[in-house]
Amino acid sequence: MEYLVHLAVVFAIYAILAVSLQLIVGFTGLISLAHAAFYGVGAYSVALILENTGFGFFPALVLGILMSAIAAFLIGIVLSKFRDDYYALGSLGFTVIVFSIFLNWQELTRGPLGIPGINRPELFGFVFSENIVYLGLALVLLGLCYVFSTFVTKSSFGRALQAIREDEVALSVFGYHTSWFKLAVFVMGAGMAAIAGGLFASYITFIDPSSFGVPESVFMLSVIILGGLGSLRGAVIGALVLVLLPEALRFVGFTPDIAAQMRQVIYGLMLVFLMLYRPQGLAGTYRL
Amino acid sequence: MNALQTNELVKKFGGVTAVNGLSITVPTGKITSVIGPNGSGKTTLTNVLTGICQIDGGVVVVAGGKERARIKPYQVFGLGLTRTFQNVRVFEQVSVLDNVLISLTKRSVLGSLFEKNKEEHLKKAEEVLTRVGLWEKKDAYASELSYGQRKLLEIARALATGADTVLFDEPYAGLFPEMVKLVSGIMRELREQGKTIVLIEHDMALIRELSDHVIVMDAGKLLAEGKPEEVLSNKAVIEAYLGV
Repeated sequence: MEYLVHLAVVFAIYAILAVSLQLIVGFTGLISLAHAAFYGVGAYSVALILENTGFGFFPALVLGILMSAIAAFLIGIVLSKFRDDYYALGSLGFTVIVFSIFLNWQELTRGPLGIPGINRPELFGFVFSENIVYLGLALVLLGLCYVFSTFVTKSSFGRALQAIREDEVALSVFGYHTSWFKLAVFVMGAGMAAIAGGLFASYITFIDPSSFGVPESVFMLSVIILGGLGSLRGAVIGALVLVLLPEALRFVGFTPDIAAQMRQVIYGLMLVFLMLYRPQGLAGTYRL
Repeated sequence: MNALQTNELVKKFGGVTAVNGLSITVPTGKITSVIGPNGSGKTTLTNVLTGICQIDGGVVVVAGGKERARIKPYQVFGLGLTRTFQNVRVFEQVSVLDNVLISLTKRSVLGSLFEKNKEEHLKKAEEVLTRVGLWEKKDAYASELSYGQRKLLEIARALATGADTVLFDEPYAGLFPEMVKLVSGIMRELREQGKTIVLIEHDMALIRELSDHVIVMDAGKLLAEGKPEEVLSNKAVIEAYLGV
């Protein structure tokens, strides 16, 4: 049971990341590889604030969101001038820089040693120490992110995002300053990624830079592509499948010496076949 | 007051001067056709006027306003201009209805974030989509429409803006005769409403039928302008464009 609860918490964290990245990639068409960086900024902000100040988890989380949003605003001003491959490359560069900061600013982040002993959240004297209770918190935050993202996508703003994805130049002729829209959705997504980061830091109680590098951003992209671009539901389904699939493959019955490799092979093959026969993803309608 | 005016307008692409010192006027409330051989700079002119290409020289005056040496695309709507594209540029994986609603809703980030579909927007969208015969397809993706229907959707999107001046870049290309009649009817209606139309077109019969004013371009320069019957019987125009 404890194992299932753990998987559910991990799923909730990745679902928040996927829903927020979906706004940027699936709805706006901006191939961002910066999401792991904002996830990390949220995680490190919460960890460092909890360690070095008297703030509790929730104020620390709010500050983490703010830090991530400010970072997104600053890098977003530059990125919003780009689109397509240039956007992807620019966002990749940002993740590499942030990863390097986590790794090398040892006085602040302890570098590769990471930050241990991060406290679990506490609210009015109640500590979220039990994993099942933590799951409740994670699901509430996932629900809030989902509702917020639905609000965004159902608004005229959301429609403009989709038009940017389809043809940014044509949209701009109709009076839309598209750079501001791209910047706004990037900041929103980064803020939500920080929520996932804060949850992760406080749940695992230890963070190090390895969780926030480029491969993590690529994994998040795989989640939303597999789940279906342009669909919030698809993002959640993608997170569910990609978090649970490797675990499910544990029970297939491979001999221990090849089990890990076979899991990777099956996992990779499933992704390839899905993209071949259902390129719009499990629940999506939009094709890259 | 003219709807549009260019003075010594220049646009270069590397070593090619696509628009070369062009000075033209587009009278308000009329249909002005821009004709010329392929590569004469007609579409570049439209792109320059709507900010898609930057101006390399000269100025543009919109509706008697200030002289502009630079127009950004997002400023075009505020200037009372809108356009269609030579190669259709609808929002493919967005519904037909949403393609039109884009032209009607708020343009600011905050304003649009807190705006849902309003009754007045839906009513206007229904009106323009019904006018082009696409209301029945309102829930389909634009990518599911035929080429001609996508051309009509672009026209509906432009109509929904309510702009004073509409630039149509080869709107008849690929349309079957019934659709051609429909588009011509829309242009006449717009003229009756006092709107200004700039029409880029190759079909001489349509030019004669619709135009109040004709501008002929050749190699980025103005070759002739005036009333259709005068311009189309001009010897230089016949030589350069009609090739006889």
